[in-house]
Amino acid sequence: MTVKLQVKELTKIFGKRIPKAKELLQQGKTKAAILKETGATIGVDRANFEVESGEIFVIMGLSGSGKSTLVRMINRLIEPTDGSVLIDGDDLMKIDKKALREVRRKKMSMVFQNFGLFPNRTILDNTAYGLEIQGVDKVTRNQKATDALNLVGLDGYGNQYPTQLSGGMQQRVGLARALANDPEILLMDEAFSALDPLNRSDMQDQLLDLQATMHKTIIFISHDLNEALKLGDHIMIMKDGEIVQTGTPEDILTRPADEYVEKFIENVDRSKVYTAGNVMIRPTTINIDKDGPRLALKRMRENEVSTVYVVNNQRELVGIIDARDVLELVRQDSRDLQSVINTAVPTTTEETPINEILDDISQTGIPFAVLNEQKQLRGIIIRGAVLGALAGNEVNHLA
Amino acid sequence: MLNLMTIPKVPLADWMDHFVDWLTQFTGFFNGLTNFIGGIINGFQWVFDLLPIWLFIVIVVGVTYLANRDTKKWGLIIFEILGLLLIWNLDFWRDMTQTLTLVLTSSLISLVIGVPLGIWMAKSDIAQAIFKPILDFMQTMPAFVYLIPAVAFFGIGMVPGVFASVIFAMPPTVRMTNLGIRQVPTELIEASDSYGSTEWQKLIKVQLPLAKSTLMAGINQSMMLALSMVVIASMIGAMGLGTRVYFAVGRNDAGGGFAAGLAIVILAIIIDRLTQALNRERTK
Repeated sequence: MTVKLQVKELTKIFGKRIPKAKELLQQGKTKAAILKETGATIGVDRANFEVESGEIFVIMGLSGSGKSTLVRMINRLIEPTDGSVLIDGDDLMKIDKKALREVRRKKMSMVFQNFGLFPNRTILDNTAYGLEIQGVDKVTRNQKATDALNLVGLDGYGNQYPTQLSGGMQQRVGLARALANDPEILLMDEAFSALDPLNRSDMQDQLLDLQATMHKTIIFISHDLNEALKLGDHIMIMKDGEIVQTGTPEDILTRPADEYVEKFIENVDRSKVYTAGNVMIRPTTINIDKDGPRLALKRMRENEVSTVYVVNNQRELVGIIDARDVLELVRQDSRDLQSVINTAVPTTTEETPINEILDDISQTGIPFAVLNEQKQLRGIIIRGAVLGALAGNEVNHLA
Repeated sequence: MLNLMTIPKVPLADWMDHFVDWLTQFTGFFNGLTNFIGGIINGFQWVFDLLPIWLFIVIVVGVTYLANRDTKKWGLIIFEILGLLLIWNLDFWRDMTQTLTLVLTSSLISLVIGVPLGIWMAKSDIAQAIFKPILDFMQTMPAFVYLIPAVAFFGIGMVPGVFASVIFAMPPTVRMTNLGIRQVPTELIEASDSYGSTEWQKLIKVQLPLAKSTLMAGINQSMMLALSMVVIASMIGAMGLGTRVYFAVGRNDAGGGFAAGLAIVILAIIIDRLTQALNRERTK
């Protein structure tokens, strides 16, 4: 993966006496102290991060955390006080207004929280706005705008006005307007926050679908951790203008950097994030190709379980056997384990999200077997472990 | 206690006199301006004199009908026809067109100066800080006061009338242009900027279209203020319905004054409703 966007020491200070505030900040003074001494507010405090080409990078934080300021510094809607933004290695802070306009026209498009549609323009003219100001001729720009509208599922709405559309549709126009420019980077500022939950979920799915073919570099601002976890390849959590943690969704969930992040992930719907692989536990197994009933009984006794999973030499799942059946075999002095194997074991894969199998887990008595692509048994899912994971407790991971 | 009457008066009046005297030496400039404004006035008057009265009424009614297509304001149309016929009947037609010329010329000049000034104020906080008190001053200073320098600069006639009217009537256009542009939601400005618009593109494609209805309300106000100046302007020789009122005052002719005043009211209502309707039409 190549780095598309690099942000170094990016700082925004609002208010007066900015040089003094900057100096104090570098001395390590707290925000409260700087505010008291200079009256200046620290919007963003020396942010450093990298965004890879083609990924969705989610910047998360509550209101006032500086995330919107940060994203506006990336296209210089807000002029940074200090620091640099490198796109493909070129410093955006060093270019003049004209060059900046070119970057905004060709490389970056922005999608806004309240859609930012021009009420006096039709949907088509809104979508073609970016091309219009570049001086693209009417036929070409209308064609491209129509294509972009089709892409987001708004064919035939071109002649309507923004107020005639629902919120979800308006934001599709916002997205289409951004895509019509064919930018390399999409800046999405709380793009779905103004939508109702159903619409929001739809839009998230649509964005992921589009992204699967477009591979744009997307900076997505959100205050909703579920959204961040669903969309983000990487997530950066901000608090009071500072970056608290950057990592993959799993990093954030499993290794929260501090109490703030912990509190954040407390309310997350883990069933969407956790996969079968996250909650499976080590099963008690016997190898049908070499082990007999007595060993099976011994294993069960050692692990205090009443069932045992049966695999072959390749660790492929064969089935499950029950303690009573094995006991019967031992009594009859038979070694024929094959005859008592129950092969009707529900199975799933490591990547399956928990919420997809949650119903089945709660209904079937037999734990789910988790298989990898080679049909090898990787672990099993018992109800207790699932509930524990959803409640936020540490799962006894395999590995 | 200090008695402020005992110390010498601040020579405010002298200063202003000197300033006006100083300005009058630029006769070349003021003559040029007089010719220019006079040209506009003559242009309007020429058109109004050329139009047969019935055609004028048809045009006014036609524009009203077209501007109110969806609401169908028959009451207004009937009022316009009856009102204009009454003015004709009272033999005020020429006076009415002169007054209309005065109002239109003042409004046009207010628009041409006021809108760019309003845009400048919207774009620059410093410009706003400077012009706001000046606009307050222009609007609250009794309008009679403008007549004196107007005569000094432009002599007697329509042109000084227009000058005084412009000073009195321009502030709403400036203010409302400024307000309209500043009221455009930040997100739309950001949207425009984020797609790489130049300042000019942003102004033409986003700010002015979205400020239009506020701006039009300002122009409407300017026209009404210009109309309110016609009697005052008549004191320095601006012809029209105002002159009739002014003369009636001099002759203690209550009936004549009322008739001319009524004609002004009719004209005011027509101008007001027409500009409002055009505003609605545009912003849809």
